[in-house]
Amino acid sequence: MIPASFDYQRAGSAEEAIALLTEHGDEAKLLAGGHSLLPLMKLRLASPSVLIDVGRLDDLRYIRDAGDHIAIGALTRHRELETSALLAEAAPLLSHAAGHVGDPQVRHRGTIGGSLAHADPASDLPAVVLAMGGTIVVQGPSGQREIAIADFYIGFLESALAPDELMTEIRIPKLNAEGWSFQKFNRRAQDWAIVGVAAVRANGSTGVALVNMGSTPLLATGVVDAVKSGATAEQAAERATENTEAQSDINASVAYREHLARVLVRRALEESGLA
Amino acid sequence: MEITMTVNGIEQTADVEPRTLLAYFLRETVGLTGTNIGCDTSSCGACTIHVDGESAKSCTLLAVQADGCSVTTIEGLANGDTMHPMQRAFQENHGLQCGYCTPGMVMAAVSLLDENPNPTEQEVRLGLEGNLCRCTGYHNIVKSVLACAAEPFGATK
Ligand SMILES: Cc1cc2nc3c(=O)[nH]c(=O)nc-3n(C[C@H](O)[C@H](O)[C@H](O)COP(=O)(O)OP(=O)(O)OC[C@H]3O[C@@H](n4cnc5c(N)ncnc54)[C@H](O)[C@@H]3O)c2cc1C
Ligand code: FES
Ligand code: FES
Repeated sequence: MIPASFDYQRAGSAEEAIALLTEHGDEAKLLAGGHSLLPLMKLRLASPSVLIDVGRLDDLRYIRDAGDHIAIGALTRHRELETSALLAEAAPLLSHAAGHVGDPQVRHRGTIGGSLAHADPASDLPAVVLAMGGTIVVQGPSGQREIAIADFYIGFLESALAPDELMTEIRIPKLNAEGWSFQKFNRRAQDWAIVGVAAVRANGSTGVALVNMGSTPLLATGVVDAVKSGATAEQAAERATENTEAQSDINASVAYREHLARVLVRRALEESGLA
Repeated sequence: MEITMTVNGIEQTADVEPRTLLAYFLRETVGLTGTNIGCDTSSCGACTIHVDGESAKSCTLLAVQADGCSVTTIEGLANGDTMHPMQRAFQENHGLQCGYCTPGMVMAAVSLLDENPNPTEQEVRLGLEGNLCRCTGYHNIVKSVLACAAEPFGATK
C-alpha cells in the first residue's frame, strides 16, 4: 500500500515549519515519526497534499530538568522517554508507559509530540499526561502559547492545536508521587489498549485518566472526586464510567469496556497506594 | 526528490517520489530483496531494518525520511561468507522454518542485543513483540537470541 502523492518539505527549524504550515494551510500536515500518520495515509484515510517533515528538528529532542517541571521536546522519541534516567526518577509513570507503546520498532521512531497531537483516544501517552496535569507548549505565527492538557482534547483526533501551530514542548510537573500505576489491557503484546488507566497520587491529590473510553483521552473526574471525598479504591472505581462514552468494536462491547474501566481503575488506585 | 543514503556501507543516490516507502526503495530501487513485506501495515515486523543502528519497520517509513541516514538490511549483516553470530544462532537453533519472518526477526534481535546485551527470556519475548512468526511458535527464535547473547562477544562480534 502506497500513500497518495504529496509534496514533501523538510523543515530545518521550528520557524520554517510554521512558515510552511502558514503557506500551505489545510492542505499540509506535519510529519514527525510518521507512525500514526503514514498508516492512515497508506489506507487513504488521510491524503494531505503537502507533508512538512519536522523529524529532523533535533533541537526539539530533549528531556530537561526545568525546576518545578520536566521539559520534554516534542520530537523526543518513545524510546528516549522509556530509557531516560531523569524521567525514571521524576516521572516514572511516563517512562513506564512509553515503554509499553507498540513495540521496539515503533518506539524507535514515534514521538511524544506526535502521540499527543494525534489525539487518538486509544493512545497511551495522552492519558498519562492528563493524569499528571501536564502543559502543552505550542508555537504559531504569532508566537508561543501554553495549553493545559485538560483543555487540549476537543474531539475525535481533534486537539486545540491550530492548523498553523507546531507543538514544541511538553511540561510535566514534578509531583514527588507517592504512588502511580499504568494499567493497559490488551490481548496481544504489541496491541493498543482495549482500555487503559493512568493514575498518580501526589501531594494529597489523585489524577486518573482513561484510554479508549470515549472519543478523546479522558480524565476520570468522578473517580477523582470520589477519592477526594475519602472513598476507598473500590468505591471510587464504581464511578469510573462517569462522563465516558465507550464504543463497541471488534475487541470489546461497550459493557465489557465499562467493566474493564472499573476493574482497571480499582487496580490502578490500589497499585498507587490507595486503600 | 533526490536522496542519498548509505545502505550496508554503500552510498546510494536515487531520485524517488516522496511517497516511496523505504521497504520498496530497498527492494526495488537498490535491489535488496532480503527485506520482506508481510502485512504492509506495521504489524508483522518482516520489513525490519536498522536506521542509524536502531530497528525500524521499513513499510512505515518514507525513503525520504531516511535521506542522509545509514541503513542496514539483512544483506549487510554477514561479513563475506561468514555469517553474523545472530544468523548462525538462528541456523544452529532452528530459529526458522519457512523463513519469511526471519530477516525481520534477525534484524530486530540484533537491535535488541545492542540495547540489552544480556536479556532474560522474558526480555527477549518482549523485545520481539513487534515481529510475528506463523511457523515456529517462537520457542526456537527465543532460544536462538539467547544463544547469541551467550556467545563471548554477543551480537556485535
Ligand atoms: C504498529 C504500531 C503500534 C502502535 N501501538 C501504540 C500503542 O500501543 N500505544 C500508543 O499510544 N501508540 C501506539 N502507536 C502509535 C505511536 O505511538 C505513534 O508514534 C504516535 O501515535 C505518533 O507519533 P509520531 O511521531 O509517529 O507522529 P506522526 O505520525 O508523525 O504524526 C501524528 C499526527 O500528529 C501531528 N504532529 C506530529 N508532531 C507534531 C508536532 N510537533 N506539532 C503538531 N502536530 C504534530 C501530525 O501532523 C499528525 O497529524 C502505534 C503505532 C504503530 C505503527
Ligand atoms: S511489512 Fe512492515 S511490519 Fe509487516
Ligand atoms: S519461519 Fe515462517 S513465519 Fe517465521
